[in-house]
Amino acid sequence: MVSRPLIAAIDQGTTSTRCMLFDRQGQTVSLAQREHRQEFPRPGWVQHDADEIWRNVQRVVPAALAQAGAAPTDVVALGIANQRETTVVWDPRTGRSLAPAITWQDTRSDEIVETLVADGHETLVREVTGLRPTTYFAGPRLRWLLDHVRGLREKADAGELLFGTIDSWLTWNLTGGPDGGIHVTDVTNASRTMLMDLDTLQWDDRLLAAMDLPRAVLPEIRPSAEVYGTCASLLPGVPLAAALGDQQAALFGQTCFTAGEAKCTYGTGAFLLVNAGTKRPPSTPSLLTTVGYVLGDDAPVYAVEGSIAMAGSLVQWFRDSLGMIPTAPQIETLARSVDDNGGCYIVPAFSGLYAPRWKQDARGVIVGLTSYVGRGHLARAVLEATGWQTYEVVEAIRAEAGIELAALRVDGGMTSNHLLMQFVSDVLDVGVDRPLVSETVCLGAAYAAGLTVGYWSDLAALQRNWHRAASWQPSMDPALRRREAARWDRAVEHALGWAGHEDE
Amino acid sequence: MPGPLQSVERAAAVLRVLGGAGRPLELAEIAAVLDLPKTTAFGLVRTLRDVGFVDQPPPGSAYTLGSGLTDLDRLGLDPHDLRSHATNWADALAAHVRLEVLVSMPQDDGVRVVHHVFRPDDTAQVLRVGESLPLHATATGKVVLATTASRGARPSVLERFTTRTVRTRAELEGELQKVRRQGWASALGEHQPGVGSVAVALRGLGGLAVGAVAVVGPVDKVFGPGGEARADVVREVRSTGRSISRALVAPW
Ligand SMILES: Nc1ncnc2c1ncn2[C@@H]1O[C@H](COP(=O)(O)OP(=O)(O)OP(=O)(O)O)[C@@H](O)[C@H]1O
Ligand SMILES: [Mg+2]
Repeated sequence: MVSRPLIAAIDQGTTSTRCMLFDRQGQTVSLAQREHRQEFPRPGWVQHDADEIWRNVQRVVPAALAQAGAAPTDVVALGIANQRETTVVWDPRTGRSLAPAITWQDTRSDEIVETLVADGHETLVREVTGLRPTTYFAGPRLRWLLDHVRGLREKADAGELLFGTIDSWLTWNLTGGPDGGIHVTDVTNASRTMLMDLDTLQWDDRLLAAMDLPRAVLPEIRPSAEVYGTCASLLPGVPLAAALGDQQAALFGQTCFTAGEAKCTYGTGAFLLVNAGTKRPPSTPSLLTTVGYVLGDDAPVYAVEGSIAMAGSLVQWFRDSLGMIPTAPQIETLARSVDDNGGCYIVPAFSGLYAPRWKQDARGVIVGLTSYVGRGHLARAVLEATGWQTYEVVEAIRAEAGIELAALRVDGGMTSNHLLMQFVSDVLDVGVDRPLVSETVCLGAAYAAGLTVGYWSDLAALQRNWHRAASWQPSMDPALRRREAARWDRAVEHALGWAGHEDE
Repeated sequence: MPGPLQSVERAAAVLRVLGGAGRPLELAEIAAVLDLPKTTAFGLVRTLRDVGFVDQPPPGSAYTLGSGLTDLDRLGLDPHDLRSHATNWADALAAHVRLEVLVSMPQDDGVRVVHHVFRPDDTAQVLRVGESLPLHATATGKVVLATTASRGARPSVLERFTTRTVRTRAELEGELQKVRRQGWASALGEHQPGVGSVAVALRGLGGLAVGAVAVVGPVDKVFGPGGEARADVVREVRSTGRSISRALVAPW
């Protein structure tokens, strides 16, 4: 018999939408999941259908309840975590989206970002938002939509358009949609728009002016953990008590509550976040400063982030576009069929390179091909790409933020790949620990919601739930590590600047 | 021994024709090539469609090979798939019983650990993935022996690890019958003194046993004072077995 009551969490991710129920130990009681369509209409464009995403939420929540034999009345709070920076615009009267949801990997706003920089706003962006001007963030995407989708600008001016990241879209729908839905965003998501002041945690009028965006379409910024409202449908009467960007949710789920504690989540991309305490950290050349979480009226907790655009998505590409493996986990079987990468390296700069290099015009390359290289070596190269990208981020954190990681807490779907986890430990030369719950994104949203309603008493209670489920210790010969790091570095050089050399 | 079944032969012929055509085929074409009455061909194609081996993309149109056919080969469970499907549920099991959890699959002539969750007490532990478990002396091994009929899964010798290890084939057979009857297996200090385990089978597509999930720990944490496996441990392991099996059959 499952102990009740329970906390529900929705993780609206890049590839799928999950709903999970958790018990007081922070353990999984049930899990329902549904993938949604990935649209790639042009090179560099990646979009979703926001209406499909909402339909999937409406399916996975009842499915998770049914799996646990639970009723909505068994649930004391709901928390949301979501793919960050993905941009939705919708009509508040019909409740339908007005354009595709443009995802965080999409590069179509590149000209808008270039103009912003050319107009001399780079320093403003960095100083106000803690980010760097790139296509990664949501604000320029909203501008692209208003410029390119017929009628949107007029609708915005007429008050017939709302904008939000996925957290806003789901919150609005869950709290009633056209019928009283509330239009808010959590501060961690807002910190990824390139429109929010990282000190005041409010929209910045200078940036709105620089990007020519109307303030009226933006949601109100709220803490990550507070009761935003009550669910009107799906979990009627249940307080919607937390929302966080998925990576911040994972930081919270890993209970990295103390400055210096770090986690890396290996999903579609990989995101290493370090808790930076309650004082806004100084900007660094190649890392992002962002909001970690804000609990009710407490002071904000900041985070330093190294974002890696492609990790699991390279495995997915290997599976779906190349058809090399039937399932993602079987990449480990294929990779173990050989002893090493056979001299082959894959730099997955499909949307440019994120941290620490931030090269928007890089594109993917496979180098070192010889007749010797086979599928097994390619599989190794796919996995090693994630290891080396993590290495680069950790080096930047060491050099720029002065933080030496004693160990790395990992989570996400790729952590079930032991070959990869050992490789990460080997190249970082630190121990890698997986906690007892790999779905830390959902768990973090559940923790924040449960704290809000008093299901858990305090952060210490959550910390007591964290236990090591697996660990990997470094065992790579340092000379080999140096040699391979140098080869990776050379491979990356081949990827740089590719998109800038197109024939016009 | 009965002779070859004509309908199976004919079904195979239909699949060969569809596979060789390189384009969708009308029912009439299939019937003509195989020299069968249209009603017979229809019955064959219809049955094959219902089991997923033939596709008829828009209903009423031409036929192609079905995705069920390619899945047959593709869906063979790989240890890494099993680990991926088992992780969430194995974690919850370890948290609830506060003991280590092993997920294993039969391999070659034994059973191999494919997934290991540490005992959640944050002490230093080492991953046991890849370790081979004796069939006759662990709960996992007994589950595999009791649920798979494969010849490879028969221990050639009953190595004696402790004074409690089963010694004779008859004793082992009795034990396996008990496992089949109660739906789970236990082992009390039979491999290592003082270590006990409880395991259940994991079932994949078609109900086939594909492996086992087990809780392993000090005997007094797994067994009650009377030497009976603790009811709460058994209940947790069985419920985890059901969750993992469900994930294997319908990933989502
Ligand atoms: N065993 C494995 N080895 C390598 N890659 C894997 C493995 N299992 C899953 N993946 C990859 O990890 C990703 C899925 O992980 P996860 O479920 O954490 O991501 P996600 O939460 O769906 O991502 P997002 O939140 O961005 O949607 C997929 O890209 C998949 O290719
Ligand atoms: Mg995710």
